[in-house]
Amino acid sequence: MSDTVNVSGSLRARLSLTLIGSAAAIAVLLFFVVRTYAAQIAQSGQDNILEASVTSILDAATLRDSGVEVDFPYVAFSMLNTEADDRVFYAIWQDETLLSGYELLPVADAPDGGDIVHVSAQFDGAAVRVATAARILVGANARNRVTVSVAQTQDALAGTLNKISRNVGLIGAGFFALSVLVASWATNTAIRPLERLTHSITRRGPKDLSPVARPVPSEMAPLVTSLNSFMARLDTSLKQSEDFIAEAAHRVRTPLATVRSHAEATLQRVEREDNRQALRSMVRAIDESSRAAGQLLDHAMITFRADHLETEPLDLVDLVEDLVTRLTPVAEMKDIALTVISGGKVSIEADSILLQNALSNLVENALKYAPEESEITLEVFDVPRPRVEVRDEGPGFPPDQMHELAARFSRGENAKDTIGSGLGLTIAQDVATAHGGELTLTNLSEGGACVTFLL
Amino acid sequence: MRYIFALIAWLCPLVGLAQEWEDQNAFGPASATSTLRVLSSTDTALFAPIIEDFLRGRPDVSVEYFVTGTAQIDQVFRAAPDDFDVVISSAMDLQLKLVNDGYSVPVANLSQPDWAQWRNSLFAFTTEPATIVINRAAFAPGTVPQTRQELIAAMRARPEVFRGKVGTYDVRASGLGYLFATQDARASETFWRLMEVMGGLDARLYCCSGAMIDDLAAGKLMVAYNVLGSYVAARDDVADTLEIVLPSDFPTIMMRTAFVSSRTGEEESAAAFVRHLVEVQTGPRNRDVFPLPPLSATLDSSGQAVISLEPALMTYLDPLKRRTFIKEWSSAVIQ
Repeated sequence: MSDTVNVSGSLRARLSLTLIGSAAAIAVLLFFVVRTYAAQIAQSGQDNILEASVTSILDAATLRDSGVEVDFPYVAFSMLNTEADDRVFYAIWQDETLLSGYELLPVADAPDGGDIVHVSAQFDGAAVRVATAARILVGANARNRVTVSVAQTQDALAGTLNKISRNVGLIGAGFFALSVLVASWATNTAIRPLERLTHSITRRGPKDLSPVARPVPSEMAPLVTSLNSFMARLDTSLKQSEDFIAEAAHRVRTPLATVRSHAEATLQRVEREDNRQALRSMVRAIDESSRAAGQLLDHAMITFRADHLETEPLDLVDLVEDLVTRLTPVAEMKDIALTVISGGKVSIEADSILLQNALSNLVENALKYAPEESEITLEVFDVPRPRVEVRDEGPGFPPDQMHELAARFSRGENAKDTIGSGLGLTIAQDVATAHGGELTLTNLSEGGACVTFLL
Repeated sequence: MRYIFALIAWLCPLVGLAQEWEDQNAFGPASATSTLRVLSSTDTALFAPIIEDFLRGRPDVSVEYFVTGTAQIDQVFRAAPDDFDVVISSAMDLQLKLVNDGYSVPVANLSQPDWAQWRNSLFAFTTEPATIVINRAAFAPGTVPQTRQELIAAMRARPEVFRGKVGTYDVRASGLGYLFATQDARASETFWRLMEVMGGLDARLYCCSGAMIDDLAAGKLMVAYNVLGSYVAARDDVADTLEIVLPSDFPTIMMRTAFVSSRTGEEESAAAFVRHLVEVQTGPRNRDVFPLPPLSATLDSSGQAVISLEPALMTYLDPLKRRTFIKEWSSAVIQ
């Protein structure tokens, strides 16, 4: 199975980007809307004052015998005093004649009713706001149209706008920062059930294929339903294949035993050496098949028991010595000595059947590979953790394959002429893992293999 | 070449306007590479110490100081803004209008309270009240009028003493006189009654405070209205004969102002000159060395009693307003 997942993008990044991006867009929009609105208000403030000034001047216009007089009040200009000392310009026209003020000041066309017209213009190198109004003065023999324009530079307005812009900018930035916090919180909240599910599945044991029971958000229900049904199918399928293997092994073992006893009996009767040789090979092959079937059965049993460990207090040294007693006859057939080294009782909590099975697999392996008239040593340690080392004087493990040797049905390169199903190390490793320990393979410097079974 | 141009530039207005100056003085070394041309309404004697103090430590700068009347300053400067670097006047309204019309540049590194500057270009450097100056000969001790009302009463009571012996500014000729008159008229109707009474006594009209003080000292005048008290105080010879009265009903306080011309070729020196002027007039100093009254010496710090530097000062400069005001003033004073 491949370990890499085809990753395209990230939900978290996409969600965060969407939220932060829209927050930024809203902040910028807010800035411009508020600034524009504030600019309008500030401008209308200036317009109102200019309007009052124009009105007060226009109201002072009177028609005398000598002509139009405009005795406007002091306040007409003093109301235009600003913090930024804005410049003030004005023009008073009678029809097309300038009565007083700045002749070049741009003047808008104002209706006669006294309504004020506001325009923005340039005057003497500065941006000015001009308010203009006109009035008709009716005399005995003439109609005079008096137009008054008052203009003011916009320094104070610009100052106000800068201040507002700065404040609105700060508010926008604050809004954005807050949105980023909210976005990250929202993203985390949204992603958390997914992480929780991932976590709960990652934490499961290798054999745990039970459905996910924890409540999940409705959006994830289809995924979890699919996952559950997929795991159920996988579980069924695995169980079926284990059952099938166990059943098959079981069914093969009994006929094999019959065939073996027949072959042994025949061996007693035949006299020709080549026939005897053939029969011996047959018995050997039958033994191998029977052992493989046995291991397959053992493995199925271990797979089952590993999920439901039945631990009991026991002495690891006792267990190892029992095992050695049981296997000594087999060892003696090859003139191999089995030695147990221990420093007294090693108390552990473990499933004795599994442990016996695993250790006997290790010793059988060693017996298989060890040369005749050699020694196999089983050393039991108590500290730092209980462990058993099985050492032989055989060829050792091929160094480049050590890491995959424990995989199911795999055998060392140098095992071609040795019988075995390749399940021995797998069984031992599964048992070690089920007990929370591990199986380590090393080669001894003086030659031979060493398997460390750690609980 | 530069020197020839400088010489021509220096000579031209001198030739053209030579006879119009009330006074004209050069300060500093003739070898100076930069010459500041200062147009002013303040008497040279009052201003010379400040110029000399400014030139100390500036061997490459010289100052030419031209004195003329406030109304004249406005005309001369508007006609030839290139010819002057710094403009100093007591007519706040004319000064403010020059700045409003773009004839000035802001002075950097000079921070003054809002009431003492406008657009960071026009800087006030004195506060001088308009006063009533009386000849002690006309009043028994203890009867000196302290308000405009009392002055009106005193003149009405003894017209034979005052006939032809009261004086004030001719607002038609003097910018400062016009400023004082318009500000008085704004403040109170008493001003018009005072003018009518003075007009009834054949008031004599003057161009400047100096002339009024001379006539007061010589006994040709018994009372002068709206005289700069600072000019009287600066003269040692009149202390016994003249008395300065600050009208206690309402004060009219003027500030002398200065600005740097926007067409100056000596912006650095001109700005330094204005900075120096303001520093001298606002800092601690010796009255014997610098005779000009300081800024805000007689005021509370808010400066509320002074004529404000604001665009409203342009109101009475409007030709229509001026025509109306002069007409009213003339009908009151010139009867």
